[in-house]
Amino acid sequence: MLSIKDLYANVEEKQILKGLSLDIKPGEVHAIMGPNGAGKSTMGYVLSGRDGYEVESGSAQLNGVDLLELEAEERARAGLFLAFQYPVEIPGVSNLEFLKAAVDAQRAARGEEAVSSKDFLKMAREACKQVNLPADFLKRGVNEGFSGGEKKRNEIMQMILLQPKLCILDESDSGLDIDALQVVAEGVNSQRDGERSFIVVTHYQRLLDYIKPDYVHVLSEGRIVRSGDASLALELEEQGYAWLKEQRAADETA
Amino acid sequence: MTEQINQTLAREYEAGFVSDIESDTFEPGLDEDVIRRISALKGEPEWMLEWRLKAYRAWLEMDEPEWAHVSYPKIDYNAISYYSAPKSMADKPKSLDEVDPELIATYEKLGIPLHEQMMLAGVAVDAVFDSVSVVTTFRDKLEEAGVIFCSISEALHKYPELVKKYLGSVVPQRDNYFAALNCAVFTDGSFVYIPKGTRCPMELSTYFRINQQNTGQFERTLIVADEGSYVSYLEGCTAPQRDENQLHAAVVELVALDNAEIKYSTVQNWYPGDEEGRGGIFNFVTKRGICHTSAKISWTQVETGSAVTWKYPSCILKGDNSIGEFYSVALTRGKQQADTGTKMIHLGKNTKSTIISKGISAGRSNNAYRGLVRMTATAEGARNFTQCDSLLIGDQCGAHTFPYVESRNPSAIVEHEATTSKVSDDQMFLCRQRGLDPEKAVSMIVNGFCKEVFKELPMEFAVEAGKLLEISLEGSVG
Repeated sequence: MLSIKDLYANVEEKQILKGLSLDIKPGEVHAIMGPNGAGKSTMGYVLSGRDGYEVESGSAQLNGVDLLELEAEERARAGLFLAFQYPVEIPGVSNLEFLKAAVDAQRAARGEEAVSSKDFLKMAREACKQVNLPADFLKRGVNEGFSGGEKKRNEIMQMILLQPKLCILDESDSGLDIDALQVVAEGVNSQRDGERSFIVVTHYQRLLDYIKPDYVHVLSEGRIVRSGDASLALELEEQGYAWLKEQRAADETA
Repeated sequence: MTEQINQTLAREYEAGFVSDIESDTFEPGLDEDVIRRISALKGEPEWMLEWRLKAYRAWLEMDEPEWAHVSYPKIDYNAISYYSAPKSMADKPKSLDEVDPELIATYEKLGIPLHEQMMLAGVAVDAVFDSVSVVTTFRDKLEEAGVIFCSISEALHKYPELVKKYLGSVVPQRDNYFAALNCAVFTDGSFVYIPKGTRCPMELSTYFRINQQNTGQFERTLIVADEGSYVSYLEGCTAPQRDENQLHAAVVELVALDNAEIKYSTVQNWYPGDEEGRGGIFNFVTKRGICHTSAKISWTQVETGSAVTWKYPSCILKGDNSIGEFYSVALTRGKQQADTGTKMIHLGKNTKSTIISKGISAGRSNNAYRGLVRMTATAEGARNFTQCDSLLIGDQCGAHTFPYVESRNPSAIVEHEATTSKVSDDQMFLCRQRGLDPEKAVSMIVNGFCKEVFKELPMEFAVEAGKLLEISLEGSVG
């Protein structure tokens, strides 16, 4: 599904990713954890092709397609979805209009016909229900005046409608109370179908109680320094990241 | 991203073609003789000629205004031709079938079908080509309702008393430099009269087209809504793509008598010039309406064209309880300059005005809102609400706001809100991450920004305006 090899990337001429490698098979859920400034969000932006994130070397392929050759919108159409940590507002553009345009664009890219407005409304209402948002959210401006929790649920709603192949959830749990967290997790779990893969970026073990990862990776200074199964997250919760320093010191003396 | 947006903004002007039509065009130059010839060609009454000459003499003593936030080369008023008419119009066609097919084709190419059967949409159109009105449609149906909708030249013959009574009553001859020039040399335009208590049965629309080189267009529109009547009027404009600047100095006067309502919508798409600022229309327009007791005038404008725009559709709220509204979207790109806004003059008691202005600047353009809200000593209990929002696309453009507020009445309330925002990288990335083209993303964000104004436009126009913005923004992101 996703294959990242030895990826080096810069933001404003500062190297953030330093030899990141990661392989994800269809249907897998990978959690990425790590201290602040490790490059977790950068990884999401680099993979999804945000302007200003320059790849220096390395490769990233999604189902054999070289992602790094594609524009941001082409990567989205190839099936890559990023749920934002801080979803931005687009005043005056209704959620429904925005989602319809996105779904139409993605369908057009696949050579499929556009969904009729009526059918789309039905789909969108259904998606709202799944993340516990009232249907009138579809009429409101994109993220306009939404609370933090509503914004995050709105992201998951978009994911449900767009049916991507690979979802990157960038701290979709931050700022959520326990009820909202469960809603987000249920939304994600409902989309696990053995084919769709997920990268779950989080600071806390808590989210992983609800979204069970197949693998947990620790990202530090732009690369993965440790990988394990779900138990690694529990270990991190107990120990924090102090051991990283020791390991680094050991690496340097060696 | 700025660079990408600027590339997207480099678009083609779709109405830029020239029609191959033989015309009778005056030699460039302006003097009293030219004015006499215009008046004679139109077979005008003597008082009209005197009125024009008075305006011309006033104009000679006036100075071109320099206070607007625009700069352009000095206009040589003697290098302009003040009259141009398609030859085929010389013997005045009686019906659409007699109109030169090339003229009809021109309007069809612009998406303005003049054939009756194609106009089931129910909009009556007056088409003005260079200096003359080509055709006015749906006349019979309007006459049944008692509505007069014809070219102003025709109105001078058929309804001289009405014209004489109201022409210049809202915008006097000496009002300003460009208005004075218009009074002297105006060639055609539309005249509308809605009788007492009548709701005009359809939208009225005038379509202005400049075709000839080196000609100016000086149209004159006069709309009179008698007591308790209602009319919605639409105006559209285009011109061919040329390297020279062309002058368009129109005057529009609206008179809303007691309890009448006039809704005036403009989609202005004159040729804006090329990326380097060569060519384009100088759009120096005076638009003003007067509201009598409990009357309402609502101006809605979508300004995307012209090299330089200087335009302030205004309301004089003379009668008690009258209402003035101004909804504006002004988009500038390339090297376009716009200085536009409104004046709300509150004279009557409990008068209300609302101003919503949305300025969008892209490329290296400059976009200014200039507005005056005047609460006079007699405007007891008057209210104004103003909201000016500017949206910047890229980092080489400018947005400016010049609000003037004068209040001489302590019971009057004036509110002003202003915001400036940018199409942010975050918004662009969100759209693209969901699979939208950068072009679609920009146009969606801009359309969202303009929503409050678009919802004021009549349905057909709102769709057209949305599309126009989309075309205008094409190529703004690469």
